[in-house]
Amino acid sequence: MLTKRIIPCLDVKDNRVVKGVNFVNLRDAGDPVELGARYSSEGADELVFLDITATIRSKKTIVELVEKVAANVFIPFTVGGGISTADEIGLLLRSGADKCSINTAAVKNPDVLRESAQRFGAQCVVLAIDARKDLQRKDKWVVCVKAGTERTEIDAVEWAARAEKLGAGEILLTSMDADGTQAGYDIPLTRAVAEAVGIPVIASGGAGTLDSLYEVLDKGRASAVLAASIFHYGTYTISQTKDFLAAKGIPVRPA
Amino acid sequence: MLVIIDYGVGNVRSVTNAFRFVGADITVSCCPDEIGKAEGLILPGVGASGYAMEKIAPIAETLCKQAHSGKPLLGICLGYQILFDESLEMGRYRCLELIGGKVVPIPAGRAIPHMGWNLVEPATGMQMFAGMEQGRHFAFAHSFYADVQDNKTKIASTDYEGVSLTAAVEKDNIWGCQFHPEKSGNDGLNVLRNFIALCKKN
Repeated sequence: MLTKRIIPCLDVKDNRVVKGVNFVNLRDAGDPVELGARYSSEGADELVFLDITATIRSKKTIVELVEKVAANVFIPFTVGGGISTADEIGLLLRSGADKCSINTAAVKNPDVLRESAQRFGAQCVVLAIDARKDLQRKDKWVVCVKAGTERTEIDAVEWAARAEKLGAGEILLTSMDADGTQAGYDIPLTRAVAEAVGIPVIASGGAGTLDSLYEVLDKGRASAVLAASIFHYGTYTISQTKDFLAAKGIPVRPA
Repeated sequence: MLVIIDYGVGNVRSVTNAFRFVGADITVSCCPDEIGKAEGLILPGVGASGYAMEKIAPIAETLCKQAHSGKPLLGICLGYQILFDESLEMGRYRCLELIGGKVVPIPAGRAIPHMGWNLVEPATGMQMFAGMEQGRHFAFAHSFYADVQDNKTKIASTDYEGVSLTAAVEKDNIWGCQFHPEKSGNDGLNVLRNFIALCKKN
């Protein structure tokens, strides 16, 4: 049986790991190379590296930093942030990434998902969705782009289902409403997306107590949980997290 | 010195990073001279078997000669799948015939590819898993698996929603693993250390 995955996330800005609340008020959380190496050796199941400046500013390449992080990471490694073409994915895969996540570019040009999956395999194409509660409709969420600065009319659940058909191998689903608040994941959002697709959904945004991780894996039907603050600031270790989930009956790889 | 065989199929960087991390003297090459001088060979690969066989054709004879002479060889993922007699991935391709068996699709009725961390149960006495506790998890990403013919080949397996998939094999000096040791955390690094020990002993 495949285990549920625990994934620390490095939000990177100016070569440092940062973490904000609802995508703003960023605060320093350490060196990406050191943190990546630490999480890999401490038993994390994957590592996600998001260049959070890429879509706001220029498309400055982060290849060198990705190479340095990858040299010390011996678990699957996903890189995202500002990726807009299949060629860029190819470059990042050659630099040490195992998967790449695409967000804004896929909304503008969904074909980039198809092309990337055809060239590199669906297993390395991750669709990242930043979702926010729909202001008009209950239990609906819309897709936000450009690092969350621009709200679209696109329904997040429909977009996830369409992306799977286009070739995405996984959905990295972030609730912008919950992100950085440590008040728990958005369970209805996660569950709605997980039930609409056959590919794994990584729940992101809102990790707080260990119980909140359990809830989104159980009730939210996520295949994996992504968390940043709780690991960066030492609230919980990876092994504490896994012990807790294992005791609750969630299949995890022991740290 | 160990040689990671770079035959243009997939990314050798992760495998190189992991061997360097565990202190191996490693070279990336596809030159028959260096393959001949190496203490051990690593055959990585990501993609489809037919393409891999086409790309490896120029050095296939050298590689098989080395493996038959007793030089340790570790095949990883696609590099492991082409160690067998043939592969049924997108057609039917003759492979390196170093280990008896064929590569077949994972039976339908479950999510394909088999991707993520799964529990591996090794046969007793497999050197690949020496020093590890029984039943460790390794990282997989594949849609085909090897149906191994020879009962004497030591086999580790993993259960994927009711089907038992071959996870690794050992036939004397020839080792292969379907999972990615370079992406399987500390246990994966231990697999690489065990392979290095085999090369040193040789």
